[in-house]
Amino acid sequence: MLKPLGDSALLVQLGDEINPALNQRVHALNALLQNPIHGILETVPAYSTLLIHYDPLTLTFDQAAHWVRDKMTQLDDSFHRTPRRLEVPVRYGNASGPDLETVAVSKGISPADVIRIHSEREYTVYMMGFTPGFPYMGTLDERLIMPRIATPRTLVKAGTVAIAASQTGIYPLDSPGGWHLIGWTPLKLFDPTSETPFLFSPGDVVKFIPLESLESNSLLFDQ
Amino acid sequence: MTMLEVLDVSGLVTFQDSGRRGWQSYGVPLSGPMDWFAHRAANSMLNNSTDAVVIEIGLGEAMFRAKRDCVLAVTGTGFEVVNYIWTFPLWTSFYVRAGWRVQVKKISGGNWAYLGVAGGFEAQSMLGSKSTYLRGGLGSAIRAGDILEAGKPARELAKLTARNFPVEKFMNYSQSPVIEVIAGPQQDRFTEEGVQTFYGSEYTLSKSFDRMGYRLELLPSPSSAKGIAQATSADLLSEGMTLGSIQVPDNGQPIVMMADSPATGGYPKIANVIRADLPLLAQCEAGVSKIQFREIMLEEAQENFQKLNKAFKTPKG
Repeated sequence: MLKPLGDSALLVQLGDEINPALNQRVHALNALLQNPIHGILETVPAYSTLLIHYDPLTLTFDQAAHWVRDKMTQLDDSFHRTPRRLEVPVRYGNASGPDLETVAVSKGISPADVIRIHSEREYTVYMMGFTPGFPYMGTLDERLIMPRIATPRTLVKAGTVAIAASQTGIYPLDSPGGWHLIGWTPLKLFDPTSETPFLFSPGDVVKFIPLESLESNSLLFDQ
Repeated sequence: MTMLEVLDVSGLVTFQDSGRRGWQSYGVPLSGPMDWFAHRAANSMLNNSTDAVVIEIGLGEAMFRAKRDCVLAVTGTGFEVVNYIWTFPLWTSFYVRAGWRVQVKKISGGNWAYLGVAGGFEAQSMLGSKSTYLRGGLGSAIRAGDILEAGKPARELAKLTARNFPVEKFMNYSQSPVIEVIAGPQQDRFTEEGVQTFYGSEYTLSKSFDRMGYRLELLPSPSSAKGIAQATSADLLSEGMTLGSIQVPDNGQPIVMMADSPATGGYPKIANVIRADLPLLAQCEAGVSKIQFREIMLEEAQENFQKLNKAFKTPKG
C-alpha cells in the first residue's frame, strides 16, 4: 500500500506487525530501490514500512509511486538478500549492566540465564533511529520481555546494551534512555569522522558474545 | 578567509547548510534551516550556492565584528540588524567595512534569523553536510570569541550590495497563520470528532519547542477539552516521518516535526504541513501565535512549493 506523507515523501506499508519475515521484505525492497531514478532522495526502512523521500521539484507523487510499484513486482519470495553478520562482544552485569539483576529477579531466573538467553540467538536490525546509529533489534526471547522503565534515565553511557519489550538495542552515544541496561560493548557504533561512520546497517544480523567467555583471550576492555 | 569575529551570542546560534541527506536510515536527522525560505533567500541575494552555509540565530541574539570588508544579508522575521546607530533592513544585502560591529537583535514576530555572507561561511563537513546537529555531536554551537571564515564571493562586493528580496510577494509571515496540510497516513486512526477538532481549533506554540519539534497547545474552546481523540489505542509501529509531520500522542496535543526531527517516530500522524508553509509555522512565537490548519490536496501543495522556488530562479546580474 502506497500513501503520501506530506508533499515530499511516500510511505510503503507492507504489513502492520513486528515480524522477521515481513521486515526482511522491507529490507529486500529497500535494496531494490538503491540506484534510484533522479529525484529520489533517500529511503528509510522501519519494521513493516519503507519511507521514500523525493524531491517534488523533480517528481510528482504518481511518478515516484510508479517507480516503486515497478520495483515491488520484483519483490517476491524467491528474492533473497544475504544479510551482513556481526558479532558484538558484551560485558554483562555489574556497572556495565546495572539492570541485569532486576531483570533476572522480575523474570524469576538467574542473571546467568539472562546472559545465556540474550546471547544465544541471532537478532535482526529491524530499523535504526532514536539517536544516530541506534539499532532496534529483535526478536527477544519471551522469557526476557519487560516493559520500558517507568522513569527514563537522563544519562546512559555509549555502548550500553539494553532490552525493552520484544527488542534489544545498543546506545551509540551518551544519551537519555528508558530501556533496561544489561551490558556494555567496547565497540564504537558511531564515529562521524570515519569513512564508515556506522557499525550497523538496517537489515544486519547480530550475535552477542559474552566477554567473560573470552577473558582468557584478553579481549576484555577496561571501562 | 577570516571574515567575522563573534562578540556575543545568546540562544541557539548554529551553522546550517541545506541539510544532511542520505543518513536518515541510520537515524541521523536531516537538519538544515528551520525556515528554508529565509535561508535560501539569504544565499540568493549574495549569489551563493543554494546549499552555502548560513548562520541560524534562534531564540536569542548575536553580535559580530567584521575582520575585513564584506557583504552580509539577514533574513527571517522577528529581528532587526543594528550597526551602532543605524538599522539595516532585513531581506536586503548590505556592505560592512572592516572593524564595524553588526548586531542581530531579537524583537517580536518570529523565532529564527539567517545571517549570510557573500562567499558563504566555512564549517566542517560531517557526514556530507555542514549543518550543525548538536544532539548527535555533529558540529557545535557558535560561541563568543569564535573567528568565522568565509569562501570567496561570487562577484565583486559592490555588485552584491543593496540587493533587496521581495519577501512580501512570496511569504506572508504572520502570528495568526492558516497553515496548509495534507491528510496524514494515519488520519483514519482518529475519531471523526478528533479530526474535526484538529481542523476546527486554534493552537499556539508551546514554550517547550526546539529545532526537533514544535509542541502545539490547543487554545480553549468547547471542543478542545479532550484534545484530538483517537479511535484506537493500539500502538503504531515506529516508521519514517518527515519535515512537518504532525504526530499526536495519547494526550491529544499535536507535535509538528521540524529540522532536527528523528527520522522515525511511533505516534499516529494526523496530517503533514506542506513544505511551502513550513517557514510560516517555524516563525510562530510561543504563547503569542494563533495557528489554524487547513487541508489541501497533494497536487496543490506541490504547485505551491514550485511557485515559491521560482522566487530564486534568476539571480539578478
